[in-house]
Amino acid sequence: MSHKQTKDVKYLREIATEIRKSIVQSLTEAGSGHLGGPLGLADVFTALYFSILRHDPSIPQWAGRDRLILSIGHVAPVLYATLAHAGYFPVQELLTLRKLGSRLQGHPGRDHGLPGLELSAGSLGQGLSVGLGMAISARLNHQTHKIYVITGDGELQEGSNWESAMAAAHHRLDNLIAVVDRNGVQIDGRTEDVMQLEPLEEKWKSFGWQVESCDGNNMVQLLEVFEKVQDAQKPTVILAHTRMGKGIKSIEGDYHWHGKVPNADQSVDFLRELSGIPVDMRQA
Amino acid sequence: MGPFKNRGNKATKAGFGEGLLEAGKRNPDVVAIGADITSSVGVNLFADAFPDRFISLGIAEQNCMGVATGLALEGKIPVFSTYGVFAALRAADQIRVSVCYNNVHVIIGGAHAGVSVGPDGATHQALEDLAIIRVMPNMTVFSPCDATQTRWAVFTAIEKCKGPVYIRFGREAMPDFTNPDEVFCPGKAQLMIPGDDLTICATGHLVWEAIMAAGQLSELGIHARVLNIHTIKPIDSKTIIEAAQETGAIVTAEEHQIIGGLGSAIAEIIVQHNPVPMAFIGMNDRFGESGPPLELMKKFGMSAENIVSESLRLVKEKKEG
Repeated sequence: MSHKQTKDVKYLREIATEIRKSIVQSLTEAGSGHLGGPLGLADVFTALYFSILRHDPSIPQWAGRDRLILSIGHVAPVLYATLAHAGYFPVQELLTLRKLGSRLQGHPGRDHGLPGLELSAGSLGQGLSVGLGMAISARLNHQTHKIYVITGDGELQEGSNWESAMAAAHHRLDNLIAVVDRNGVQIDGRTEDVMQLEPLEEKWKSFGWQVESCDGNNMVQLLEVFEKVQDAQKPTVILAHTRMGKGIKSIEGDYHWHGKVPNADQSVDFLRELSGIPVDMRQA
Repeated sequence: MGPFKNRGNKATKAGFGEGLLEAGKRNPDVVAIGADITSSVGVNLFADAFPDRFISLGIAEQNCMGVATGLALEGKIPVFSTYGVFAALRAADQIRVSVCYNNVHVIIGGAHAGVSVGPDGATHQALEDLAIIRVMPNMTVFSPCDATQTRWAVFTAIEKCKGPVYIRFGREAMPDFTNPDEVFCPGKAQLMIPGDDLTICATGHLVWEAIMAAGQLSELGIHARVLNIHTIKPIDSKTIIEAAQETGAIVTAEEHQIIGGLGSAIAEIIVQHNPVPMAFIGMNDRFGESGPPLELMKKFGMSAENIVSESLRLVKEKKEG
C-alpha cells in the first residue's frame, strides 16, 4: 500500500488533528513522556509524511525514500503517531508507548524493530551529524533522495550541531534539510532566558545555510516552504515557528507541558477539544 | 625471545594505514573520515588512493562519530581515526548513543595509545580509553601488539566483524614481530609462549615486553605462559580461566590505567570463575608526562623488568600460599 501524497490542505489539517488525538491518548496511557513538543510538531509531521516525503509504508527500507531523522528523540510520540496513521504499523499499537516490551520506546530505539524508524536517538545534538552522514552517502551513491532532520531550538545550544552545520556547508550538501522546532521554550523556561539563541537566522546564514522561516502550525505555509526548498543549492534550514502544545488552547505556549502528560480527566477534555466540541458543551 | 624476532621497529599506526588501504581496495563501500590528523594516524595512504572516499570533517570528533553513523546506516563502512584521548572521550556520548545504541558497523581507530606517545605529554597519551570504550554495549575492542597485527586487525574488523569496533594502536615505532601470515582471530587470546608456572596476559606494546620478561624468567627456571590479549572485548574467558586453573597466578600488562583496563577485565573473569593471585602492570592512577617513550614506560612501571619482578613475587606467593 504505497503512500499517496496530497496537497489537500483541509484533509491534511484533519490528519493533523487525528495525530494530535493519538498523541494525547498514547501519552495518557503511557503515564509519562512529553506532550507539548509533539503537539506543536503535529502539523510539520503531517505535512512531511502526508504531502512532501517520498516514502512507502509497505517498504520502510525502500532505498529511494526520503529519510527523516528525529534528533529530538523525546518528541517520539508525534513521530510514532504519524507513522501509525501513515500505515507503518497499527494505530492501536500507539497505546503500548513506553511499556515493557514495546516497539515504541520512550526515546526511539531501533533495536525494538519499529518500522519507519531511521535512528535510535535521544541525546541531543547528534541527529544533524547522522543526517549529514546520510547526505554524504547519498551523494557518493548518486542518489537523489533528501534527508530531513528535525531538531529542537533548545537543542541548538549543543555545540555539536554547529560542527555539523559547518561541515554541511563545507561539503556543499544540497540534499540536507534541517527543520528547527522553534517554539521558543525549553525545560527551564524561554530559550532566550535560558541561553540566548537569537539571532538564529543569522547564525545559520553565517554558517552557509539557506534559511527559511514559517509558521510551523500553518499547513499552507508549511507546504509552501517545503516545496520551495526542494531545489535548494545548499544545505537548508527551516525555522518552523510552532506553539508548544498547539491544539489545546489551555496549554499552548506553556513550557511546563514539555515533560508532562495529561491525567485521565485532562485527557478527556483535551480529546473533546481536539474533536471540536465547544467548551460550554463539555460536562465535567 | 623464544620464537619471536624483531624484524625492525615499526609504528602500529603504519599497520593501521596499510590495513585500511588493503580493505579499501577490496571493498568500494569502505570510506574514511579525517579529523585533521590524517597522516598522523596513518589514514593518508587511503586518502591518497581514494580521495573521493575520504571525508574531511576537521577538528570535530563529535560530528565525525555522527557522520560515521549516518554513513554506516546507509551501507558504507566508515573508518574514523583520531588520537584515542579524543576518539574515546570527547565523543563518548556519540559513540554510546549514535554508534553503539544503533549498533552500526563503524571502525574507530584510537591512535596514540599509552605513555609511549612520548614528548607530547599527558593530554595526548591515551590511558583511559579502554576503560571507557569496553564498557559500551555492542562494542568490539581490539588492541593489537605490533604493526603487522594492527594491519590484520583493521581489515578483519572491516570485513569480518559486525557492529562497532574500536582499534587501539600507538605512535612510536616499536618491535614488529608477529607472523604476517597468521590469521587474526577476533575473541581469541593468542598463545605466544607456553608455560605453567604463571600466566602473563599482555596487550599492545606490552606484549613484546612480556615476551622479553618470559625470556628472563626462564633463565631463572620459571616458565611463564604469555597470552596476547589482542581482543579486549569480547574477551577470551575460556583461555583465561584455563590459564588460571593451570598456572595458578596471573600478571596483566597494559599501557593503560590499572583502573578499568585489561587487568580489570581479566579480574572480572577470574574472581568469578577461578580466583588466583593477580598483579597489575599499568599506569597507577596518574597522568603521564613528556619524555622518550621507552624511558616513560620504565618510569611508570610498564616494562619487562616490572613484569619480571611482579611475576617473581606472585610465584613466591603461590609457593608459600
